[in-house]
Amino acid sequence: MKKYILFIAAFLALTISNISAQTKTTGIPVIDSGDTAWMIVATAFVLLMSIPGLALFYGGLVRRKNVLNIFMQVFITVAVISVEWVILGYSNAFGSNSIEWLKPYIGGFDWAFLNNIRISDLSPYFISHSQLAADGSKIGTIPHIVFIMFQGMFAVITPALIIGAFAERINFKGFLVFTILWSIFIYNPVAHWVWSSDGWLLNLGVLDFAGGIVVHVNAGVAAIVTAIMLGKRRDYKGHAIPAHNITYVVMGAGLLWVGWFGFNAGSGLAADGLAANAMMVTHIGGAVAAITWVLMDWIIDKRPTVIGISTGAIAGLAAVTPAAGFVGVSGAIIIGIVVSVICFFMVAYAKPKFGYDDSLDAFGVHGIGGFIGSILTGVLASPFIQSAYSGAIYGNFHQLWIQLLAVSVTILYSGIGTYLMFKLTDKLVGVRVSDKHEAAGLDETQHGETAYTNFD
Amino acid sequence: MKKIEAIIRKAKFEDVKEALYDAGIEWFSYWDITGLGKSTEEQVIRGQVFQSNYIHRRMLSIVVRDINLEKTVNAILNSAWTGETGDGKVFIYDIEETFRIRTKESGPDALFNK
Repeated sequence: MKKYILFIAAFLALTISNISAQTKTTGIPVIDSGDTAWMIVATAFVLLMSIPGLALFYGGLVRRKNVLNIFMQVFITVAVISVEWVILGYSNAFGSNSIEWLKPYIGGFDWAFLNNIRISDLSPYFISHSQLAADGSKIGTIPHIVFIMFQGMFAVITPALIIGAFAERINFKGFLVFTILWSIFIYNPVAHWVWSSDGWLLNLGVLDFAGGIVVHVNAGVAAIVTAIMLGKRRDYKGHAIPAHNITYVVMGAGLLWVGWFGFNAGSGLAADGLAANAMMVTHIGGAVAAITWVLMDWIIDKRPTVIGISTGAIAGLAAVTPAAGFVGVSGAIIIGIVVSVICFFMVAYAKPKFGYDDSLDAFGVHGIGGFIGSILTGVLASPFIQSAYSGAIYGNFHQLWIQLLAVSVTILYSGIGTYLMFKLTDKLVGVRVSDKHEAAGLDETQHGETAYTNFD
Repeated sequence: MKKIEAIIRKAKFEDVKEALYDAGIEWFSYWDITGLGKSTEEQVIRGQVFQSNYIHRRMLSIVVRDINLEKTVNAILNSAWTGETGDGKVFIYDIEETFRIRTKESGPDALFNK
């Protein structure tokens, strides 16, 4: 066993180069235009993942009578959560709390409405590029506002991922109330724990480069809880309901893949070697998982399917997300293979066996993908990427336990929290549409519009 | 005058069209239909295998003079045949009257196929 581990470690070491952190020591802190330009572009890329990426990916998978409802849900999530983010979300997630004992768990309201933040301020958050501020503390090289925008896009896409679980049967008003409650009470605290400088999981040493835990595990658990609470779709017969437009699914998966470069390579908050590595492993993780999924399709079910390759790519991209800044290409290859195999069996066998109706596999693909990726980060993290971090394969088993702890805590918090929020939403406005409306389709009954008409 | 309604395999449409042209029938409408029946198709979505009972076929609607009826039906029967379950059906109806809108002609003269 030990021999194997040594062999794999040597293999990992061969394929990666050392990227070290740099701190500029020159006098007055300045905005680095290269880092800032890249981060502005990366922010736009992450928005591209939600609209139209995720909207097309999910919209293509539902039936034609519900496609506009999916587009609308994603679109309004972008709008509403962006506003929530500047009102209180950013302050709660990344701010400091004046109540001492609450500091590790939730930020306060100092930055509500982006109060106290000036356009000349530099980001207090940084990964590899930092500089010394006038008071001697370290700060980043990009404007604070760019960091807020970038993180805002993450806050937007996370609740949007859950849409896949309750698609085709949720009442729009219920969806909206739930999404706002979930963002405020589930997303913001978990982001605070893992990413804010006061966060208790961060200070334990958890590794989550671009959101395997905060985004994918968090949304994935919320997905399965809401899918079970809402019940099955009236037409669900124990297997997936055929997608109405697979070309949308492919376009959506493609845009998600492109956007993921901003998501992961932007999470280093700089235009440097670490971003280059993140981009590389993101791409290879997605590619390997796509190939693995399609091979399983081909061998087990006779034909390589288009939905299969799209799904595999997304599973791989989700899994490589927490690891993007910590593993090399060989780590990404291992993650891609493992996640594709496990997600395939979750979706193809476990879901029908347990009988829950996770309409578009938000849990099976994003939740499981994020889970596998977050755990494997604790195994495969390589000191050749960031010298401060290593995983079990390099002898640091402690990292694996921290990852397991952080994932378990997130599963518990998101699971219980989602249950309470969804229950509350049901009491306030109701969550499920009537059987008649579900049969007629949500486009017509929730929005009074039809996606595909026969008008000239 | 008779109306022939034929349900055929989509894959056989080009063959049937050629056979109808050869029989001198060059005027008809068609559309894609979905139905239920004996034949099923295996479908795989994300590794879940199941039998889908939605059957996709194409329907042709042809109005002909009585004298052209037999050769039209034979053309369809011969060209749409594969011998497997699901080759389709042909229905024949009486047509009471036909009008050509442009000239206001009526009766068999209003039909394209002489």
